[in-house]
Formats: sequence, C-alpha cells, structure tokens
Amino acid sequence: MTLPLHLTVNGQSVAEHVEPRTSLADFLRDRLRLTGTHLGCEMGVCGACLVLLDGKPVHGCLVLAVQAAGSEVQTIEGLAESGALADLQRAFHERNALQCGYCTPGMLITAHSLLETTPAPDRGEIRTALSGNFCRCTGYESIVDAIAVTIERRAEGAGA
Amino acid sequence: MSDRPAHIGQPHLRHNALRHLAGRGAYVSDLQLPRMLHAAFLRSPMAHGLITALDVEEARTAPGVVAVFTAAELNARCKSWTSGLGHFAGMVSVPQNILAEREVLWAGHPVAMVVARSRAEAEDACERILLDLDELEPVSGVDEVLLPGAPLAADGLESNLCFRTELKTEGVAQAFARAAHVVEGDYAFGRHTPVTLEPRAVVADYTPSSGQLTVHHGTQTPYQFQDIYARQFGLPDHKVRVIAPDVGGSFGMKLHLYNEEMAAVAATLILHRPVRFVADRLESFVSDIHAREHHVRARMALDADGTILAMDVEDRTPIGAFSAYPRTSVVEGNQSIRLMGAPYRMPDYRGELKVLFQNKVQASQYRAVGHPIACQVTEALVDQAAALLNIDPWEIRARNVVPDDAYPCTSPTGYQFEKLSHEKSLRLLREMIDYDGLRRDQAELRNAGIHRGIGLATFVEITNPGAAFYGVGGARISAQDGAVVRLTPGGEVHCAISVTEQGQGTETIMAQIVADQLGVNPDQVKVTTGDTDTTPSGGAAWACRGAGIGGETALRAGRKLARRIAEIAGAVLQADPDTLALRDGAVVDAATGVERLTLAEVGRIATYRPETLPAGTDNSLSVAQHFAPTGYPFGFTNGVQAALVEVDVETGMVRLLKHWVVEDCGRIINPLLVDEQIRGGVVQGLGPALFEECLYDENGQLQNGSLADYLVPMACEMPDIIIGHVETPTEDTILGAKGVGEAGTAAAGAAVMNAVNDALSPFGARLMQTPMTPARILAALCVGQG
Repeated sequence: MTLPLHLTVNGQSVAEHVEPRTSLADFLRDRLRLTGTHLGCEMGVCGACLVLLDGKPVHGCLVLAVQAAGSEVQTIEGLAESGALADLQRAFHERNALQCGYCTPGMLITAHSLLETTPAPDRGEIRTALSGNFCRCTGYESIVDAIAVTIERRAEGAGA
Repeated sequence: MSDRPAHIGQPHLRHNALRHLAGRGAYVSDLQLPRMLHAAFLRSPMAHGLITALDVEEARTAPGVVAVFTAAELNARCKSWTSGLGHFAGMVSVPQNILAEREVLWAGHPVAMVVARSRAEAEDACERILLDLDELEPVSGVDEVLLPGAPLAADGLESNLCFRTELKTEGVAQAFARAAHVVEGDYAFGRHTPVTLEPRAVVADYTPSSGQLTVHHGTQTPYQFQDIYARQFGLPDHKVRVIAPDVGGSFGMKLHLYNEEMAAVAATLILHRPVRFVADRLESFVSDIHAREHHVRARMALDADGTILAMDVEDRTPIGAFSAYPRTSVVEGNQSIRLMGAPYRMPDYRGELKVLFQNKVQASQYRAVGHPIACQVTEALVDQAAALLNIDPWEIRARNVVPDDAYPCTSPTGYQFEKLSHEKSLRLLREMIDYDGLRRDQAELRNAGIHRGIGLATFVEITNPGAAFYGVGGARISAQDGAVVRLTPGGEVHCAISVTEQGQGTETIMAQIVADQLGVNPDQVKVTTGDTDTTPSGGAAWACRGAGIGGETALRAGRKLARRIAEIAGAVLQADPDTLALRDGAVVDAATGVERLTLAEVGRIATYRPETLPAGTDNSLSVAQHFAPTGYPFGFTNGVQAALVEVDVETGMVRLLKHWVVEDCGRIINPLLVDEQIRGGVVQGLGPALFEECLYDENGQLQNGSLADYLVPMACEMPDIIIGHVETPTEDTILGAKGVGEAGTAAAGAAVMNAVNDALSPFGARLMQTPMTPARILAALCVGQG
C-alpha cells in the first residue's frame, strides 16, 4: 500500500507515492537521492539525519515521510546551495571541524539552528546544543571552535 | 628536484572536506546501482546453541523476496577461513563460514540471508523464517572458562584457551626479592566497540560476462579485501576490484572480515545482480568487532628511592568464540603485554598473556591496539608507587623514564626504540599545564570540599609497522605501499597511492609531500585513493602507517618524477639535469632561480611533441614507486598526557575540566591535521574510561546494544584538549615522519583514571576498573554501603 505525498523539499514541490512506514530520512535518501542526510542510529539519538521541517530541526529517522505532507523540508543540500551555511562551512573547513564527514550535515544543521535561535551562545552553550550530535572522529573541540568563530564573525559583521 | 620544502609542516586545509560540508560525501551506504538488491539476516537469538530446525520456505514467497540463503547455499561458494599467525605459536581458532551451519556461536551470529527488492521487505521476510535452537551453555566468564569441565565456546575446541604466551627476563624473580617496595593491583577493562557513525556497508556486484567482481566496501584496507575475496571465492585477483570511497569512520573496525560482507559477495556471485548490505545500528552492536576486555593482575617492584626495577603482569583477555580474520584477535593482548612499562628504564619484566574464548561478539583490533591497557596498568602502578613513597607523580616519572640520551635501546619485552623524547616531553607538559599552580589550586579547593584530581600518563606508541607485524606470520597483509605520480599534459600533478583516506587527511598530506618534491602548490596535486583498480597495491590504513610509510612512498615517487622532468627539460634545454630545479610550477636554473621551462610546457612537449626530444629521451611522465619500511621493525613514538578532573563525591559524577597532550610523532607534515588526530584519539580513550562498555548478562546477551543505551562521549561532556609537540624525526626515512593516530587513545584513559584516583585520594578510595561509572566511584567511596 502506498499513499500520495505532496511536500516541498529545498524549495521544489515534490509529488510521490510512499509506503506509510517510510521514514522521511529514507524518503529523502532513497527516493529523492538527497544522500547528505545520513543515518547513524535510526532512533533519534545520533543527529546524523537532522533536517529542517518547516524551519525546525527534526530527526529524519523519527519522522514518517507522510507526516511531512504539506510541509517545507530543507536538507543539507538545499541549505548549502542557498548560501545559508556559507560562513559555518568556511569556519568548519578552516578549523578542520570534520574528519570522516558523516556527522557533518547534522552538525551544520544543529549549528545553523542554534545561531538562529540563540544570539550569542558561549562555549558551554554550544557544547550543550551539540549534545544530540554524535561525532566519533573529532573529539568535538574543533566543531565548537568553528561555531564560536562564526558567532564572532557574525557579530563583527553585524556591528560593521 | 625542488630544493625548498614549502608545504611539509604547513597547516594546509583538506580540500576533500568541502564536499562533506556541502552534503556531497559519497559513502557506500549512499550507493544505488541498477537492479540492486538488499540483504537482511536472520541472526541467532542465543549466545550458544545447536540448530535443530531451519525452515525458510515461507520467507521465499514473501513479497519482494528474490532469494533466501542458508549455509547450504552460501557456504559452498566460499572457502572457510581460520585465524592464525605463524609467530603466535600454539594459537588455535576454529574454522569459520559465512552462515552458521550447525552451531551458533554468539547472539547475533547470522543463520540465514534474505535478499529482496528493499531492505524493509528483506527484514519482513526474515520474520517468516522458522529457527529452532537447542541452547548450549554459553561461555561468558574469565578465569572459570579454563577450569576442567567448563563448557567450550565452540565445537572442535579442546579448551577455551586461544593463545598463551609468556615473556620473561632472567632477573625478574630476583628483582622482586630485593625490591624495597612492591605495588600491585587487579585491573579490569570493559569490553567496548568502535561505533563508527556510518555503519558497515557493502555493495557487491558481479558481472558474469566479464567475470568481474566489484565490491564497493566501506573499509580502510581495500587491497586486503581484494585478496580475501579473490582467494576465498576462487577468483583471479585482477578480476576483483574493491572500491572504498568516503568511509564514515573506521578506526580499525572496518579491516576485519565479517560474515555479512562475505555473504553479499556470495549472493552476487549466485544472483548476478548487485547486493547491498548496510548494517543498522542494532546489527552493528552484535556484529562489529568489540575490543579490549582485559583482566590484568600486575605488580611493580621499586627500590627504596622509587626506581622501577621490574613489573610482573598477567593479562587475560576474552575475545569471542573464535579469533578474527585475517589479523587474529591475539595482537591486542600481545601488544598489551609488550608495551607494559615501555616508557621506563625497567630492567626486568615478566608478562603472561592468556587469550580466552567466550560466546560473545568477536573482539579484535581497534584504534591503539593494546596501548590503553598497557598504559593504564603501568601508569596506575607508577601513581600507586608515588603515593606509597610520597614522591610527586611528575617527579617519579621524570626519575624513571628512559633518558633522552640513552637511545637506541631495547625494552625488556624486546621492542627496539630508535629515539624517543620522554624527558623533553615531560618538561614541556609541566610548563604547559602549570603543574605547580594546578597542585596549589587543588589543595585550596580540597579545603572548600571540591575534589579535583590531576592525572599524568606517559606513553609509547607503535607506528610505521614493517612486515614483522603480520607478514612474517604468513598473513597476506602488506607492510609496503605504492604510488604512481604523473605530470599531466597540462602541467598539473596526479598521485594515485595505496594509503587510504577516512578523514584523517591522507590525501592532503600526500599532496603536500608530492608538491614539495615537484615545486608546485598542493592544490595542483590531485590524490586518488581507495580503489584497487586505479591505485597500486599496498597496506592502506592500519597501525599508524599513512604518514610514515605512505608519506615516504609519495616522497620517493615525487622525487623520481622530479628527476624525470629535469631530464626531459635538460634534453629540451640542452642543460645538465643536475643544474636544474623545480620551483613555482617551472623548471628553473638551480643556481640562479631563473625560470627555464614551465611544467605545462614539459607536459605539452612530452605528451604531444615527443618526436622533438633527442633520441633516447624517456618521455614517461608517469612514475611508479613502492616503499617498504626498512631499519627498525616499528617506528615508536612517545608522549605524555595530563587530565584535570573534578569528582562529585556525592553523586560519583566526573567532570573533565581539561586535558593536555605532549606528543612526538617525528616530522610533522601538517600540524592542523596532527592535532585533530590527537584530539579525536583522546576522546576515543576517554569514552571507555568513563562511559563505554558492552554489558552482557550471564546468558551471553548484550544488554545495551543500541546508541540510546550504550554511552559514547558527546560534546557536552568532553573537555578542551591542549596539545604540545616535540619533534624527533626517524632517521629510517627521508621524510622522518611517524604515526600519530593512536597516541591520543593510548594514554587518555590512563591519565583520567589517575586523575580520578588523585581526586579520591583523601578518601582512601581507588578505582581499578573502567569505565569509571558513577556507581563504581560511589562503591569505591563506600557511599553505597552508607
């Protein structure tokens, strides 16, 4: 059995038929081939599958695709192409805040959401915000550094 | 050749990181091929049992199912494999096959394979398989597994002893007899598992018309798997291509042979369609290797002034029902007993190792193989001695480390050290951490009821392994690497090399090294890795060999090409090649620096106008170079770590306040990447020290096999990590680089355990077991008993 599904993904309208049990992450990855959304635990604890659903970060593995009907989904691909992450991407690159890269899309989405909602988080608040994103490679410090420097640069930019 | 190293030693950024930052990584788990099928496995629910009934008929007719395989179909396609290395005399392990035939050996052992249009349909069909087992008593203990009459972990074993060895110097008994002081302890290390964020993934694709098997495999050692697939499935190795694209973490876990990957290959050989298997996280916990369960009894003998005389160590390490293939599960324990006391002038030693079978997930090599065990035991004993003799922990280390001017030297366990820098490293660490200031703060805060601890841990790391590691034992695991470096017709550079990239920055440092040999910018060097068809065969990534061995391979290949370019340019310019050098993308006059010919022009002439070159000129702009390490069997590195923690004695919670590392990895090729290897490694050492443990019940059932239940270090718990360097290049190579990937993991746990025990010292409490959970800390404080 499949159900019709209409939603917007990265600004484009999508019309598909999906099994009700298909997760949003599987739908994005397997059907739309947006493979930047990664699967690490499939139980909502590792953060690799984070996407924005109507602007809010959600675990793509915990949301059924049909639950996103009528909504606007933004994935790492869409956010990257829009330029919304450009300064975060630059800081991550400069600080080498990634190694294998598998957690990186989720880290960027968490960082993006943090900076949208919290004006000037300190390092402790950044670490707390990242507490739902598992990274096995970096030890996290470089990620915290990259986000912190982005906050500084945005503040300088805003003040200039 | 280029005469000015310009890029080695610089914090060059990783070009390949940009793809990941845009969500454009290309992992095996992302791959879809035409007509691709998906695999799922029915696994044993019991730790040990005999299969009495297996009925797959209903599953065969389930929606979407293309095939259901049992041992009868799959195992016949593949030779069985038996773990062993010639230099581990007396080691035993029973042969293994893809699917369980009669006996299941751990909870999670694959019994049947379903191949379907989708993973969901394959899983659905697994539910329709009938499996009956007669339960056998599982082997799950430690010392008791060797008692007479104990149940055996697998049919065909005569005992649960996989391997036993003993190292002993002649004077060890005498050293203990004349010792003024002996400190001792029983140390327990919890079994843990690597938890790569991308699970294991494979897409196997056989084309019968060409006889070509292509395996897209998330691994760090593609050549090893090319050889395994060729030999186990009876294919010529040039018809087996293994492609390892982006790999979402590996850490040693993805270089072992697993049943599921072999099953995917067998299935594509039968079905002639691509077969995909990607472990879900629950499968990862019951099929990825576990590591480092050790039970160590250890004693250290000291003279009256705190000089270490000897250690006596008994290490028992359970590994699962068989030893892993092709590297064996013995290497972990072997390195553990050989690294004990390694930083210290310790004349005598006895180390006994027993590797034991249990009915649990196979345990084998994981990042920093054996190091954390040896380091934690040694450093705990050193701290116990310091407390007993009332010597400061820094001071007792400074007195006992092998002096920097005493090299080369050999450890009592037989390791040959070329040149280490313990004294210099200890002095640098002391400055970095303001040791005296920390001690003053600690004393003041103790008066205020705040219990901080400072822990130190010196370490030695094994890197740059030669053939002594595996090759001499008969394993087909390469200790050499190869590179093909070429100048393109447009004057750019391409390097195809056998060392692989899992995010540590291999491709970046190879570009830096090659760039310096050719006088170009690293951005002009494209590096290809991870494909057995397009790169020369080599060892790839294991035991910290990328920078030291891969880097030397790239350097020599680059120099060979530089010489070739100089010869071609010399022929064009009618100049002696020895008077030419490569700088800034051009051939220049070595003496004056005046540009003579751009590399683009060399590329153009050699490619499109070779007839204009004098007769006999070799216009080959591609050169191949292999390099096998010579000289010392291993390139040892060293360092020291310090941890500052705060223990809440009411709750048993540990807060990591700060962590420091001083590391000497020889020539630093890229300081940015070296530091991040150390930081990541430290956190993989902190996890098992405080959180990570695979908890089994007495029935051999894993109790916490999910990412919600198994605790890994997260950002909010981890400290900032300050890093300092000493640089002692190896003289075994031109490059002088050694490895750095395991240094962080080697000693982080030891430093934190010493710090926690330092914090608890006013209470007379001491932990000797990791992870140091709040419950164990409270138990040590006897708070639990009121």
